[in-house]
Amino acid sequence: MRLNNRALSGSECTRPSVWALLFVLSVMNLSVPALAGRADYQRPDIQPPPANNQTTEARVALGRVLFFDPRLSGSNWISCATCHNPAVGWADGLATGIGHNMTTLSRASPTVLNTAYNKFQFWDGRVRSLEAQALGPIVSDTEMHQDMDELIEELKAIEGYRPLFDAAYPGEGISASVISRALAAYERTLLTTDAPFDLWVKGDDSALSDAAKRGFALFEGKARCSVCHHGFNFQDDGFHNIGLPSHGEQDPGRYAVRPIRAVMGAFKTPTLRELARTAPYMHNGAYNTLREVIEHYNSGGEPVEGLSPMMQPLGLSTQEIDDLVVFLDSLNSINPLTETIPVLPQ
Amino acid sequence: MKTRFYALFATLALTISGAHADDVIVDQIDKTFVIDGTEVESLTVSAGDSVSFRNSDPFFHNIFSLSATQIFDLGSYPSGESRSVSFDKPGLVEVECAIHPDMYMTIEVE
Ligand code: HEC
Ligand code: HEC
Ligand SMILES: [Cu+2]
Repeated sequence: MRLNNRALSGSECTRPSVWALLFVLSVMNLSVPALAGRADYQRPDIQPPPANNQTTEARVALGRVLFFDPRLSGSNWISCATCHNPAVGWADGLATGIGHNMTTLSRASPTVLNTAYNKFQFWDGRVRSLEAQALGPIVSDTEMHQDMDELIEELKAIEGYRPLFDAAYPGEGISASVISRALAAYERTLLTTDAPFDLWVKGDDSALSDAAKRGFALFEGKARCSVCHHGFNFQDDGFHNIGLPSHGEQDPGRYAVRPIRAVMGAFKTPTLRELARTAPYMHNGAYNTLREVIEHYNSGGEPVEGLSPMMQPLGLSTQEIDDLVVFLDSLNSINPLTETIPVLPQ
Repeated sequence: MKTRFYALFATLALTISGAHADDVIVDQIDKTFVIDGTEVESLTVSAGDSVSFRNSDPFFHNIFSLSATQIFDLGSYPSGESRSVSFDKPGLVEVECAIHPDMYMTIEVE
């Protein structure tokens, strides 16, 4: 719905129309048929790749090999797939990641599934593109601990890589830019597949149980989850502090990127797809189960600095919490994307 | 009589200056900036004008700028509320939402 308000100046003349609009909206809300809501959850296009990295088969193939190659790390032990493991929902099953020399990282490894839909990468959104993201972990001291120039020399020395790079990026040789573009091209193919919820969105009423349907109504209604988790990927490209219990040092989250009070301790709203495979949850792995997560929201969150005003105690009953859990379970792919580990070039 | 005259004069003066300093309403709809029903990425105003950022989405927004020309933070505010800022210094102002940073527009103050 688009506003078309001609009155650009003077509050006197706009106020009545705002009230009229609110009235119309509230009446519409009451009468919106269930199916209208489903349209908001159809699969969108991915974020467009940059001009110099249109997706091609050769680029995806190269990115796939690089993603699984531990020689990308300083120790030759850690690949992207160590922390974004297809067998663990493309995450790592840990509260927070473990990197070079068994260093415990301060944040959880998110799934890389559906990152192609995101406008921001990382928990604090410090980069926008998958290309810009991909170089971070390779050279990070605590993650893959690699020297980029050394890596380029190492890859040049591996005969088997040359035809892959040539096919993917003819005439560009091997460079940091090419490595990051190939990884990004591969990640753009890592998407969730239909979940029971998607079949229901497409019109199959039997795809969801009554409990899941009640859970969805709560999700959009009384529990107000959809205020932040909305659309196909159940996220809003937004940053919120949901008042997690914190142990020890406070992670400033988004505030480190944009020093605005409202985003102190705020993190990116994550997708709610494939949760069955990506526990523990939250940027710090605070919760092991979905029930714990929903109980957190039910309490309204801890009264920390920066707590989102959208966090309020919800007054959900045990039955309602159960229904929400059943609904979240309907967001797991029926046939999850699998991957076989590629043969590494020699 | 004299006081009445002054009151009338003051009202007139206010009306005249009010007519010069415009207040542009910029809506937030579907996490985009919208003027007069059209999505916008930039806007030109005159020094002294103000812009009201009106939240027409069902969730909070937090409009701010950290531009050298003018720094402001309107704070987080809910659906239906407006907050306004007046632009006094010519220059380019980059405006963003802290909660949804893909919401970005520039305001050229002349
Ligand atoms: C040692 C574990 C580890 C390794 C190895 C690793 N990552 Fe990550 N990855 C993480 C963590 C932890 C984060 C979140 C960091 C943050 O937000 O500050 C992350 C974030 C990401 C994201 C952002 C996802 C989102 O939703 O914001 C992408 C994409 C990603 N990694 C891809 C890769 C690629 C590609 C590689 C290999 C080049 C890689 N990762 C290697 C742990 C790892
Ligand atoms: C104010 C915005 C907001 C609301 C409302 C909200 N969420 Fe979240 N949700 C977030 C953010 C932000 C995170 C990540 C927080 C962090 O790690 O610091 C998150 C994380 C989660 C996670 C963990 C996902 C993962 O992979 O780690 C689940 C599950 C979840 N939310 C479900 C819900 C449910 C169910 C509701 C309604 C009861 C809800 N959320 C309401 C913003 C919100
Ligand atoms: Cu916003």
